[in-house]
Amino acid sequence: MELSVSVTVNGRRYDRQIEPRLLLVHFIRDTVGLTGTKIGCDTSQCGACTVLLDGVAVKSCTCLAAQADGASVTTIEGLAPEGKLDPVQEAFWEKHGLQCGFCTPGMIFATKALLQTNNNPSTEQIRHALEGNMCRCTGYQNIVRSVQAAAAAGAR
Amino acid sequence: MATTVAAPARVFGSGIKRREDPRLLTGTARYTADMTLPGQLYASILRSPHGHARIKKIDTAAAKAASGVVAVFTGADTEGLLQSIPCAWLVPNSDLKTAPYPPLAKTTVRYVGDSVVVVVADSPEHAADAVDLIEVDYEPLKAVVDPEKAVKSGAPQLHQEAANNIAFHWVVAGGDVDAAFKNADVVVRDRIIQQRLIPTAMEPRGALAHYVPATGELTLWNTTQNPHIVRFIMSLVCGIPEDRLRVIAPEVGGGFGSKIPQIQGDFITVFCSMKLGRPVKWIETRSENYQSTTHGRDHVQDVEMAATKDGKILGLRCTVWAGMGAYLSTAAPGIPTILHGLMLSGPYQIGAVKEDVYGVYTNTTPVEAYRGAGRPEATFMLERVIDRLADELKMDPVEIRKRNLIPAFDNGHDVVTGLKYDSGNYQGALDKALTHVDYAALRKEQAEARKKGRYIGIGVGMYVEICGLGPSQVAGAVGFQGGLWESAIVRFHPSGKAHVFIGSSPHGQGEETTFAQIVADELGVSVNDVKIVHGDTENTPMGWGTYGSRTTAVSGAALAVATRKIKEKAKLLTSHLLEAAVEDIEYANGKFFVRGFPDKAKTIQDIALMANVAWNMPQGMEPGLEATTFYDPPNFVYPFGAHVAVVEVDGETGVVQLKRYAAVDDCGHQINPMIVEGQVHGGVVQGIGQALWEHAVYADNGQLLTGSLSDYAIPRADVLPDIEVLSTVTPSPHHPLGVKGIGEAGTIVSTCTVYNAVIDALEPFGVQSIQMPLTPERVFNAIGHSSANPAGSRKG
Repeated sequence: MELSVSVTVNGRRYDRQIEPRLLLVHFIRDTVGLTGTKIGCDTSQCGACTVLLDGVAVKSCTCLAAQADGASVTTIEGLAPEGKLDPVQEAFWEKHGLQCGFCTPGMIFATKALLQTNNNPSTEQIRHALEGNMCRCTGYQNIVRSVQAAAAAGAR
Repeated sequence: MATTVAAPARVFGSGIKRREDPRLLTGTARYTADMTLPGQLYASILRSPHGHARIKKIDTAAAKAASGVVAVFTGADTEGLLQSIPCAWLVPNSDLKTAPYPPLAKTTVRYVGDSVVVVVADSPEHAADAVDLIEVDYEPLKAVVDPEKAVKSGAPQLHQEAANNIAFHWVVAGGDVDAAFKNADVVVRDRIIQQRLIPTAMEPRGALAHYVPATGELTLWNTTQNPHIVRFIMSLVCGIPEDRLRVIAPEVGGGFGSKIPQIQGDFITVFCSMKLGRPVKWIETRSENYQSTTHGRDHVQDVEMAATKDGKILGLRCTVWAGMGAYLSTAAPGIPTILHGLMLSGPYQIGAVKEDVYGVYTNTTPVEAYRGAGRPEATFMLERVIDRLADELKMDPVEIRKRNLIPAFDNGHDVVTGLKYDSGNYQGALDKALTHVDYAALRKEQAEARKKGRYIGIGVGMYVEICGLGPSQVAGAVGFQGGLWESAIVRFHPSGKAHVFIGSSPHGQGEETTFAQIVADELGVSVNDVKIVHGDTENTPMGWGTYGSRTTAVSGAALAVATRKIKEKAKLLTSHLLEAAVEDIEYANGKFFVRGFPDKAKTIQDIALMANVAWNMPQGMEPGLEATTFYDPPNFVYPFGAHVAVVEVDGETGVVQLKRYAAVDDCGHQINPMIVEGQVHGGVVQGIGQALWEHAVYADNGQLLTGSLSDYAIPRADVLPDIEVLSTVTPSPHHPLGVKGIGEAGTIVSTCTVYNAVIDALEPFGVQSIQMPLTPERVFNAIGHSSANPAGSRKG
């Protein structure tokens, strides 16, 4: 059995026949072919697959592609379509908020989700907001600095 | 009006932004899992659910008939086609017993996660579905997971080659250790469990192999730290000549040692592609990563230290049972021996040491290098037992360290294990750390807090580590089955832009930036005009890889020497073009000129153009502006430092709160301090993870109980303080740039620093030892089993 879905990814609509069990993250990576969204676990702990679903940050491995029918998804490829970095991306670059880069797309969306609701977060609030996204390289410190820098630059 | 022009800031030593980041920030970087080739198939591996079992029968009929399945292979299908996975560190004089390590198990499985059957299908889903249809009839066998229990008589035996499961027994000894203990006023002892850890690089492992039958050539994209070693070993195991084998490490998402070895899945993927003549991709799940990619640590250590009553350390004696897992992984035997036992005396003057190390087979995932690899286990042992000595002698832990530190030296110091440290100023690092945290004030604060029933602890940890592996002659002498040199090619194009090709393989450490800084600093070009190429055996010179904090130390040295060769050729060409003697040609800020006539200069760009067009070359000079260096270091490098942790333990709940962490590290000259700081942050936090949360737990029957990120607790953002990062600078005397390594330093010392702080906090309870990780339950139980002693502290 296959389902028809229509999902808008980074402003472009994709009408596709999918297996009902297909996760959103696999729809993004394999069906649409946007591999910037990463898979780092199989238990929804790591947060590497975080995207915006209708403007809300979700772990795209916790969501079926079928649930995204009619919805709009923003992935990391959609943040700098003209090559000009989003202020959150700029802040991560400026503050060395990434090393191997694997957790980075998810971290950037977790940051955007935080800054949408709190444009001047404390260090504690930032660390709390990032607890669902794992990084093994940075010890999080420069990620926290990146979020602070993004907030200071008015990023949302 | 007078104007002043600021001298151009030196790019070496400058914390410039990383050049690799734009592709990583925009999702355009390509990791192995992101690759897709036309006609690609997908592999999924059926793994052993048993810690130890005999395979009686495998029925793959239903899987072969399943939708989308192209092929199913068992160990029997690999007979004669895949060799045993070799161990590449054959430590001499250790009675080493290497047991066969088949890429697909044939008769026996020896750990949960051992590979048994592979399914290849037209989609990952079809492959995974078909794996569920395979029936394997196992005869379960008794398992053993604890390395100390595994050597006892009556323990289940893993391999007929290794009696009592002992893979090797290695001894290091220096000085007269018996006399040291005989003459001692005091002897302190401890039993330390260096618990098993899981490296957890955020990118799981994977491979994409593409074999072309018509040419016999195979391209392998692989999540590896060392593509040239992969080519070498893959060639041996799979029988493809090295010249037909191209290994590419594309973007690699962290490694921490877990991407040094070639694991079963790599060989299986290559095998499937060779059998089918089509591209085959295998990407492990995190659960597979936890079961079957390598683990780290797993030591049981009995340690004793002899000292005089005024705190002078006389000797150290220890026995270590090091779990190796079910098979000897690529570098495994070298880790608890060469990288551990030779560092026993640390930064201290210790006249006598002896250590027995037993490498032990157990029914667990193979153990490999994990960030620090042997050195954290040595540092912890030493720093822990020194604190016990301080406790025994009622001395401050800082004072006892000061009485034993090796005095500062800048060009070589011989230690009891036979190593020659390159340079060090241990007291300097300690003083800086203590001043920074105001140690005396912290002790006062601690005393005040105790009066109010609050338990603050202060931990001090010191280390010197061996890295920048290493001279190849030494590698050979200690049984490493490869060299440890590195290479670099610097190639200037006619427009003055340069490519640099290196044999090492960074995977997040930032050498695309720091290595461009080296070239820019040596030759006066812009960092943006130098592209660093790595990770592809087809276009990079041979190199042994990125691990052991060796990339900047060895590969960076190769690059520095290569750029200096470019400079020498540029001087020769300049002397020809300016019709001056080469002895009169000087170089400054990217310009070559006749001494005293800086206005009449040739830039490196001029020289690059003239060398490439070759219209007017001196007699005998080859065209082009390119240099290659193969650099074999004369010695290891020995970074060092002193760290301080402050914790507060809740006496009611056992919860440990890490309140402060200060790190003073000395890695010699720093090419990019921003990147150094990032390495320290990450390294320290991984070590904190071991002290407080991380533990790979096996049930007695060999089941991995912490088989996912739900169960294995890596540090999260909300449980950490900011790390205060400081440094001192003691250049390596033998490195062309005076640098050392910094990748592992934080991990090497932070575990014992935090542990010492927790034990210090619990001094009123008389607690001297708690098994890591220091979870609330363990701390609570330790407090409960001790009698509170409100008398106050010896320290201050």
